[in-house]
Amino acid sequence: MMILGYPAALLGSQLLVGLINGAFYALLSLGLAIIFGLLNVINFAHGALFMLGAFVAWGLLNVAGLGYFWALLLAPLIVGLLGAVLERFVISRTYKLDHLYGLLLTFGIALVIEGVFRNLFGTSGLPYPVPPALQGGTNLGFMFLPIYRGWVVLIAVVACLVTWIVVEKTPLGALLRAATEDASLVSAFGVKVPRLLTLTFAAGVALSAFAGVLAAPIYSVNPNMGSSFIIVVFAVVVIGGMGSIMGSVITGFSLGVIESFAKLVYPPGSSMVIFLVMIAVLLARPAGLFGKNA
Amino acid sequence: MTAAVLPLARSGAPAVTASAYGLSTGQKIAFLVMIAFIAVAPLGLYPLFVMKVMCFALFACAFGLLIGFTGLLSFGHAAFFGMGAYIAGWTAKSLGLTPELAVLAAGLTGAVLGLLFGLVAIRRAGLQFAMITLALSQLVYFACVQAPFTHGEDGLQDIPRGSVFGLIPLASDTATYIFVAAVFVIGFLVIARIVHSPFGQILKSIRENEARAISLGVETDRYKLAAFVLSAAIAGVAGGTKAIAFGFATLVDVHFVASGEVVLMTLLGGISTLFGPVVGAVIIESLVHFLSRQGSWATVAQGLLFILCVLAFRKGVIGTLAARLKSRL
Repeated sequence: MMILGYPAALLGSQLLVGLINGAFYALLSLGLAIIFGLLNVINFAHGALFMLGAFVAWGLLNVAGLGYFWALLLAPLIVGLLGAVLERFVISRTYKLDHLYGLLLTFGIALVIEGVFRNLFGTSGLPYPVPPALQGGTNLGFMFLPIYRGWVVLIAVVACLVTWIVVEKTPLGALLRAATEDASLVSAFGVKVPRLLTLTFAAGVALSAFAGVLAAPIYSVNPNMGSSFIIVVFAVVVIGGMGSIMGSVITGFSLGVIESFAKLVYPPGSSMVIFLVMIAVLLARPAGLFGKNA
Repeated sequence: MTAAVLPLARSGAPAVTASAYGLSTGQKIAFLVMIAFIAVAPLGLYPLFVMKVMCFALFACAFGLLIGFTGLLSFGHAAFFGMGAYIAGWTAKSLGLTPELAVLAAGLTGAVLGLLFGLVAIRRAGLQFAMITLALSQLVYFACVQAPFTHGEDGLQDIPRGSVFGLIPLASDTATYIFVAAVFVIGFLVIARIVHSPFGQILKSIRENEARAISLGVETDRYKLAAFVLSAAIAGVAGGTKAIAFGFATLVDVHFVASGEVVLMTLLGGISTLFGPVVGAVIIESLVHFLSRQGSWATVAQGLLFILCVLAFRKGVIGTLAARLKSRL
């Protein structure tokens, strides 16, 4: 079967690759957007903490003997806790300063984390096996679907939906949205806003660690895996416009797919296409696709 | 508007003296100290190292013009520095341009690229400006990985130093040292002139309060774009000079890590000071030099310096000194 001159199996597998990359873009940009909304900090360390999530999974398996599903639960908790400590004792000191300092501070944190891991583990990457329960694949008729890859897309969509429900439909989420609009007013109602900030940062960071565990069996566990992602994710956030949670998710997935199809049409351009889309969006709609204002 | 701004030397009404380049007494003394240092440094230090420091110092000064005197944080300045290096190397090697023309070509490249970056990035302010410039520089990086004339991972090698004006050969390290020092001093004075010009005063007004500048009839976007182009051009000159002096241009200079390094140099030396970026470049290049055999510990040290500077040392070395001496530096 041929579609537009390409075999359907090829298109299908490119679509899957795109959805997988898109899942990581969505999970990371979602965390960035939530943190930025409340804290006004662009967390440059988001990629480093994504990498840390993958390393925690590797450590749990090789040191504690705890497998993939434990890692999926524990890595976000561990990294989230680290995030809470970072927010409480380091990042919170920049709130009264120009917002640019938050970016510079988290950039420094990213350099420290990545540098330490490069020293400890080198840059060649460590293998992380696909968990036995998710090995193998299934034939969909027009293409072969590796089960683990389908699982990643599925679970990422679920994680995005859960985040959306928590933020939009729960009392905690209402508090969060209120504080994003006007933190001092929420504080006047007796809400401990600093605690809310810590919780939000920890949650955003936990989301990126969760993505890191999902990524571990696909890419090798590598100290540089985060920094290559984070800049693309920045572009995704600029394109989406930080407007809404759903906006980040939709932008993340669609850009993953666009990037993957670009690889089919013009392979050398695939690493650049997201940035080109960013330029086009900025020229046509400076506020971004889902942005509220410029 | 954000209430807390960068800790800039807000000295009230800027006392622009009629003296050359508008340098204050303290700045004149600092300038003489710097010239004296450049003159005697090769006696005690490895000349190639001092040349490298001067190239990065000019790069950092160009970056400082934006963050310190316009209030724009560009996180993609390595694109101008690195492309400047490639273009200077390519024109000198393949077109046989003399070094000064190759460096001018690098500056022109920086300016054109800066204009393109600026037209896109100025559409957003603050943090998003930083993110967009970073993303655009990554686009340039990937283009450099693919483009044939950069030779990808190998880099552009064996760039000839040539002869200045076709007359003075840069065969010896001494001649090259003088060439690099001349480019650095001229570039530095150009930046000092810009900062103390009426144009520079408008840039500072945008940094202090953009809304008010607009209300006074300043078309701030055009001024920001002009500052961005100037800064990018000088960064290109710095990169081109480095390529001529060292004979190679590689992906390292276009990579976003180099963009981060120049931010750190300026932050550590002192944002909104003229000499801060120079001192920051000296410190960071020394650090990289001494830790170069220690794997990634140089990266860790830079990260720790970032954290330290943001939390406890926002004035930087020169900013602290200037506050102590009660003088602009």
